[in-house]
Parts: sequence; structure tokens; C-alpha cells
Amino acid sequence: MLDPVILLPAAINGLTMGAVYALVALGLTLIYGVLHIINFAHGSLLMVGLYGAFFLYQAGGIDPYLSLVLLVPALFGLGYILQWGVIGRASHGSDQNVLLVTLGVSIVIENLALYFFTGDTRTIEAPYAFEMVDIAVARVPLPRLVAFGAALAIAALLWLLMAKTDLGRAIRAVAKERQGARLVGIDVDHIFAMSFGIGTACVGAAAALLLPMFYVSPHVGHVFVLVAFTVVVLGGMGSFIGALLGGLIIGVTESLGGLIFGETFGQLAIFLIFIAILLFRPTGFFGGRPS
Amino acid sequence: MLKKTSMISRRRVLAAGAAGAAVGAFGFPAILRAQPAAIKVGVLHPVTGALSYSGTQSRAGALIAIEEINAAGGIKALGGAKLEAVLADAQSRPDVGAAEVEKLNEAGVAAIVGPYASAIALATTQAAARHNLPHIVDVGTVDQVVTRGLTNTFRFSPGVSKIVQSGIDGLERINNAAGKPVRTVMLIHEESAFGTNTAKALNDELPKRGFEVLETIKHANPTRDFANIVLRVQARKPDLIVPSNYYNEYVLFTRALRQQRVQVKGIYSILGGGASSYKFVKEFPDAAAYVMDCNHWFDPRKAGALALKDKTEKAGLFFTYEVVLNYNAIMYLADALERGRSIAHDALNAALASSTWDKHVLPYGPTKFVNGQNTGAQPAITQVLDKDIKVIYPLEFASGNAVFPMPTPRG
Repeated sequence: MLDPVILLPAAINGLTMGAVYALVALGLTLIYGVLHIINFAHGSLLMVGLYGAFFLYQAGGIDPYLSLVLLVPALFGLGYILQWGVIGRASHGSDQNVLLVTLGVSIVIENLALYFFTGDTRTIEAPYAFEMVDIAVARVPLPRLVAFGAALAIAALLWLLMAKTDLGRAIRAVAKERQGARLVGIDVDHIFAMSFGIGTACVGAAAALLLPMFYVSPHVGHVFVLVAFTVVVLGGMGSFIGALLGGLIIGVTESLGGLIFGETFGQLAIFLIFIAILLFRPTGFFGGRPS
Repeated sequence: MLKKTSMISRRRVLAAGAAGAAVGAFGFPAILRAQPAAIKVGVLHPVTGALSYSGTQSRAGALIAIEEINAAGGIKALGGAKLEAVLADAQSRPDVGAAEVEKLNEAGVAAIVGPYASAIALATTQAAARHNLPHIVDVGTVDQVVTRGLTNTFRFSPGVSKIVQSGIDGLERINNAAGKPVRTVMLIHEESAFGTNTAKALNDELPKRGFEVLETIKHANPTRDFANIVLRVQARKPDLIVPSNYYNEYVLFTRALRQQRVQVKGIYSILGGGASSYKFVKEFPDAAAYVMDCNHWFDPRKAGALALKDKTEKAGLFFTYEVVLNYNAIMYLADALERGRSIAHDALNAALASSTWDKHVLPYGPTKFVNGQNTGAQPAITQVLDKDIKVIYPLEFASGNAVFPMPTPRG
């Protein structure tokens, strides 16, 4: 199994899968890292995005990539309303409350999905789902490459947003010193809701990019959310570059670990990394630096 | 979590109410009062949690059977008593399943049908045994369900040992009939008891039948990416791939095989493959072409099976083995109630144990229970042919001829 003919394609597989993990983690790192909200509803919101993309494709014939135009603003709105109307109000400023409220929101969303869509697994067969691109000795499915490119682009956009815009400065100000931000006239509740909305919009983008290569069911969020938390911890909370790098490292580790030590070990390796980072470098690769 | 239903539509309820009012107005109230009390039946499945799809399908099959029995006049030996489903949700957890059994017992059910998963069945049958409450296991294939000496537990469908044995026998015969094109095999299985036990049995038995197992790959649930496993399949070049995994992973695996244009002589699953899923065939017709599966299935020659398929599809559901097995489990219970003429636990357990009921829609031999297991139960081997699922073995139930090895390229 250590033949380069297999190792190289496996590493490329890992990189492209890692980009998918990074996509899911980008929104989480904004919410978790910048606002210090442990968002247990992240996986459920990914599931909502996947169902959105699925029904737009099935009922409206809208390609998942085109559905980005609808899903990103829709999920932004949902995230904004969730934070402004539910999470912010119910948490009363306590982090423990936020944790429980997002957990509750997640349970409600999943059970609503179960009620309306049943536990059925749904998939689409997009016309390009089986298109392959040759990269060196590997044949990579086209949707994976698109996701890889999109992960880079979204990370760059988020970095620009945070570094170069007033909104980004306001978010960073709120993250660093909530009371101070309020004193200089920043609407803290609005900024919280905007941040949560942007994080949720990222999940909407991830969902549209994920659907051509994955399935959707009411529990699909669980498949990605724990990995996404690991990516955020590895990359450093609140760091988009960290989330991107963290995702790629986790992807390659899972892929090569699985190939060399057995497939089930690959997934175990993710959580070994999680524990190791918590023990030896709790801030992650880029933790503590300005976003 | 218990919920009562008799699966009667709103329109029918209104019609029955109107009829009752009319009878009362014309002075025949005694007819209504003479109706015997409904017989409560616990319908226990994992309708939420990870197994919710199978649980929902199972529940649908049981409710269709109850509706048919009631529409045909109920249990005639008990004065036309109607069956009343008491619905319970095991939430995909054995401990919750066991707790639901207690609630069902408190609710006064005559018997329990369910609970789909083996792990839950081990817990629910044990809990029901404390009350000597008859428990018909619909699927729950693990052998221990019927080997613990529980006199209240009955499984009409085959257990995993029987299925694996039939699967290997069938594969050997199909391969021999085709001139032995398959010699080497790769096993791809999920990590839980189902996949691991199946892979172990195959590793023990296949070499004795002249097959060489090149490699056995275990994967986690869920597995997000099968690209590396497919790389290993490409490197090993087996004649036959035997996947033993759940639906989501099966879909991802077969999609990855197709993406990488892997050509093999056959894809043959034992329990849980594309050739036992109309959904898979409909959604991935090219990937599904010619795949084979040894699994629970219906007898395609029986009119009752086709009528049930039609009814299920009209209800907007895919016709899966969960629907069929639960439909039959309720029918088997109804037959025992007719013969035993009692809902007392002892009498019903005795009637279930002595059953020779043969009105089922399954490809089984004569019904005979030994230690709670129907020894006539057996799986069928199916293959996706012409975008439909055909039974290819046992030959006496066949609706199509095996195409083996599969033509290449597929689709």
C-alpha cells in the first residue's frame, strides 16, 4: 500500500476531501472563534442547506452550483434571525446558555426535517457528478475540484471581509471587547446576528458544493460537524487560513492514515489529532493572531 | 411515545360515525354495543434516530396489514375484533426499545411486532419475556435473538447464519453455472456486528468453495470518502466485490467505483445491497445495473406480494423488505389469534409456536417453528436486470435469469 502509484492519488484524495472539511469549518470558525459561540446547530444548518439545494435541483431543476445564489442569502437570513430572535435572546449573555440553546435548536431542526422529509437518504445525479479530471497519477471527480477551489475562494473572501471592511472591523471589535464596542456606537446585537448570518451563509455555500458528491438525510450534519470542530481547533479558533490548512491536514491524515493503517484508523486519527492539539497547542496553528 | 391508531382514514372515520348515528336513530344500538373490544398490538420500531428510514418503512408495512385485516372483518374467531396499533418509537436505541416494551405492556397489548434492528431486538425480546408477552421479531437477523431460550420470541424471517449460508451457496451455484469466471474476491464491510460477522463468515467459507479472498477492508460508519478503498480495489483487481454495508455507504462506494471506471465480473452483497433497493435502482440505474444481493425479499410470483408492492408505492413509499416483513409479521400474528382464539399470552405464544401459516408473500419453504425460528425462512438472491429487481435464486421463485459475469462496461 506504500506504492507511490497509490500513495500519491491517496494524498490528492485527502487534499480534496480536506477542502470539503474546510468548507464546513469556515462558518464554524467565524461563529465559534470570533463570537465564542459553540454552535452545536452547525451540522443541522448544513443539513438545511443540503435539503435546500436538493429541492431546488429536484423541483426547480436548478443546478446546485447555481443554487449558491439563492442558498447563500437564504442561509444568511436564517442565521441572522436565529441569532437575533432565538439564540441571543434565550442565552441571556451566558456562554453555557448559548451552548444549550444551539443544541436545542439543532434537535428541533433535525426533528422537523425528520417529520417533513422522513429519515430517507436523498441524492442527486448531477450531469457532471462522474466527470473526472486527471491530476498527475490521480483521477479526481470534478465536484471535488470545484469544492477545493471554492474553499480557497471563500477563505480568501472571509479574510478580506474581516480585514478590509467596516463590518469586519466591527466584528473584530465586538469579539475583542464587547462593552468597548458598544461604547463607540457599534450595535453589538446586530453584529452578533451578522456574524452568525455570515457563518451560516458559509454553510449554505458548503451545502451547495457538497450535494453533487454526497447525500442528504436529517442526520447528515453529524457526519461533518465533529470533523469541522477538529479543523477549527487545529487551525486556531477564528482563523480562516487556519481552517483551510486544518481541513487539508485532516483530510490528508485521514486519507493516508486509512490507507496505511486501515480505513477505520483514518477516522480515529482525526480525533487523535484533536486530543494532541488540545494537549500541546490549545490555540491551534493560528490561534491568538488577529483574524 | 406511545400513540394509538387504527390506520383508518378520516373519510372512513366520518363514514363510520355517520353509520353509527343512523343505526342509533333507527333503534339498533345493540349491534354497536356488541362489537368486541379492539385487540391492541404493539408496533415498535426506530422511527427516529439513525435507523429512522427503516423504522418508518417497517411501521408502514405493519399498518397496511392491520388496515387490511380490519377491512376484512377483523379477527373472526374473536367476534370480529379489530386490531388497534399502539405505536412506539425505539429511537434507534436498545435501552429506549426496552423501555417502550414496558409501556406497551402497561397499555395492554396482546403482542409486539418489531423492532427492526438486531441490537434493539435483543433488548426488547428480553424485556417482553419478563411479562411472557408475545414478541414477533420482524427483521433482527442476529442469531442470538432466537437462541436464548425465550419462549415469547418468534422470528418469521431468516437469521444471519442462514442468510450468509444461502448467499455463499447461491454464489457458488451461479458461478459454477457460468463456468467459474470468478476466482478472486475482495470484501468491503462496515465496522459493526453486521458487516464484521458477515465478512468473517465469508472469509471462513469462501476459500472452502474455491474462491480466494484477496483482501478484506473494514470501514467506519459513516465513511465520507471511498476513493482510497476504490484505489485498493483497482490495485488488487478482484473478479468479484462483496460489499456489506448500510445504504448510505453503499451508495458512496458504488458511485466511487463508477467514477474510477472499475470493471469487475460481479458486485454481490449479502444483506444490504443495491439489488434489494428500488430507490437505488431508480436513482442510480447505471451503477445498479447487474449488481446482485442476497437478502430478505418477496416472492415475485405471488399476487399478494405484487398487490402489496402496488399499495406501498401508491402510498408514496419505496417497496422495501422492511415493509414486506412487517406486513407478514402482522398477518402471522392475526393467523395465530384466529387459531388460538385468545389474546392471553400463554395461548397466543402457543399458537405462534405451532404455526404452519402459509399465506405469506415470501419465498419461503413450509412454515415450522423450532425454538422461535421459522425454519422455512430463507433469503432470495436478486439482481438488477432491465432497471428492475429480479429474483434469480432459489430457482423455484425466480423471476429472471442471472446475467453473470456482468457485461462490461456497464450502464
